[in-house]
Amino acid sequence: MSAITADLVPQQDVTYGRSPAVHFVTDVWVLTKRSLARIRREPETLADVTIQPVLFILMFAYVFGGAIGLPGHGSYHEYLIGGMLGMGLAQTAPGVATALVTDMSTGVIDRFRSLPMSRWAVLVARSFSELMTQLIATAVVVCVGLAIGWRVHTNAPDVIAALALALLFGYAFTWAGVCLGMTLRSPEAAQQTGFLIFLPLTFISSAFVPTQGMPGWLQPVAEWNPMSALAAACRHLFGNPNPAASIHAWPMQHPELAVVCWAVGMLVVFAPLAVHLYRRKALG
Amino acid sequence: MSETPAIAAEGLVRNYGKTKALTGFDLAVPPGTVYGLLGPNGAGKTTAVRVFATLLRPDGGRAQVLGYDVATQAGEVRRRIGLTGQYAALDEYLTGRANLVMIGQLSRLTPGAARRRADEMLERFDLTEAATRAVKTYSGGMRRRLDLAASLIGYPSVLFLDEPTTGLDPNARAKTWDIVRGLAAEGTTLLLTTQYLEEADQLAERVAVIDGGRVIAEGTPDQLKASVGGAHLDVVLAAGSDLEAAIVAIKPYATGSVQPDDAGLRLSVPVAASEGLTTLVVRALDVAGVRVNDVTIQRASLDDVFLALTGHPSSEDDDTEGSDAA
Repeated sequence: MSAITADLVPQQDVTYGRSPAVHFVTDVWVLTKRSLARIRREPETLADVTIQPVLFILMFAYVFGGAIGLPGHGSYHEYLIGGMLGMGLAQTAPGVATALVTDMSTGVIDRFRSLPMSRWAVLVARSFSELMTQLIATAVVVCVGLAIGWRVHTNAPDVIAALALALLFGYAFTWAGVCLGMTLRSPEAAQQTGFLIFLPLTFISSAFVPTQGMPGWLQPVAEWNPMSALAAACRHLFGNPNPAASIHAWPMQHPELAVVCWAVGMLVVFAPLAVHLYRRKALG
Repeated sequence: MSETPAIAAEGLVRNYGKTKALTGFDLAVPPGTVYGLLGPNGAGKTTAVRVFATLLRPDGGRAQVLGYDVATQAGEVRRRIGLTGQYAALDEYLTGRANLVMIGQLSRLTPGAARRRADEMLERFDLTEAATRAVKTYSGGMRRRLDLAASLIGYPSVLFLDEPTTGLDPNARAKTWDIVRGLAAEGTTLLLTTQYLEEADQLAERVAVIDGGRVIAEGTPDQLKASVGGAHLDVVLAAGSDLEAAIVAIKPYATGSVQPDDAGLRLSVPVAASEGLTTLVVRALDVAGVRVNDVTIQRASLDDVFLALTGHPSSEDDDTEGSDAA
């Protein structure tokens, strides 16, 4: 190909010439395996998405729960799990930001960019490996929930729909984490900023307490918070107590549709933004 | 030298905000050479390498690698280059071998070929024993070797080494030098940036001295040294009585006045360094019947070159943390 130097690589050893789609899939696969390998070698990196939700469930179920009265007198333990699913998923976002900032600052991304690989495979692979983490977090919440007396009162398709909605939301939220990672310089900053965004997002919602008890000015914020929609959708689909059903705000009346809208909206905004930021950051 | 250069730049300009990193950078590296970019921190070395490695777009000018434009044919460039940056760009949590296999596959090797190539590289860089350990357990020298191995996985024709020995102990540095010499012997074109004059002198066939974002001098280390002040000839006589005869014999080669020391036994004279000069001087002294104990020619060092060209000494002792890109 080049008149100057013969290409040194043995031709039977390379995959040049295959379609860009095949290359993209291969690169995403190789890089996803890379992220998952870390989890296998150091399972303690999963502490923030496994141990932390367990602690939150136990604290809310047994410490705060007794003081939280549900409108309509349902079981708080059954109420809690729908909210905890969202929290468990949102919690992974600071992690994805931290991982990307680390790759940026150690030169790993530079190395990838000097290779003849697909440009965006790095981000897509990170979002996939995060989805695996979220599956694990979801399984943990479900198991601990069952242990503290949470039960499902609907059928399998509804339960599958609830978990699918939660993971769709979680996947879309990951791209917000990717954007965060692209705008920060140090892994520590990613960790802290992620926490500062994540904390109000989960607490000013119906994840842990019904919004009816909040001051009037705060209620609309909580009702339109995507975490509330996700919690309401899960409670509805699980057949758990769902006091939000009596609230007139649109997302509380149509929680499943609201979650899909939020998820699609976040994907449409954050995925291209992440790619744009990656490009800009990468090219200096 | 009529062939297309392996690495070429014409009037490269690159700014970071108000900082002018490259200000009209020209370069032509012949294929198969080890070429040194020598300059202090902030001179623009790393920025130039990042442009050649397709990591940065130039704001002006053109850069080509193996005849392919880095801006418009980046894919073709990436197929043929390897890059080793100032920091070992590796996944800390993967094993050494897993890192290499991953880079191999991302370099478009088939999975089988990537594994074979990884083992070959581990063997070559003396890392076979550590292959199944996570990289975070590696020493600094081992990381650099693995990083070099990673940049070679994809059979590059052109290799960029950005300060490959910064922060290494002398032992590890010597090992890296051996590796570079080995690669050069195989015909790989190497572009090496360094703040260490000694390193450029030891490894590079040609050197470009960089200051303020452009090349201020270019040539072989010997040419560069000859361009500043040439060399010094020192003659130690066996007997003071030969002083007059020695001065007469040396005079034709001197480019300045001959200075005997107080005892009249040692002569020091500036000369233009040329091939076979020592032989000529010894012969001339012999013909004149002068007995000498020692004849030495002290060449100017690249340090002298640097000082002469830039008016400031090279910043060898500067911190090694800062990157030119900052």
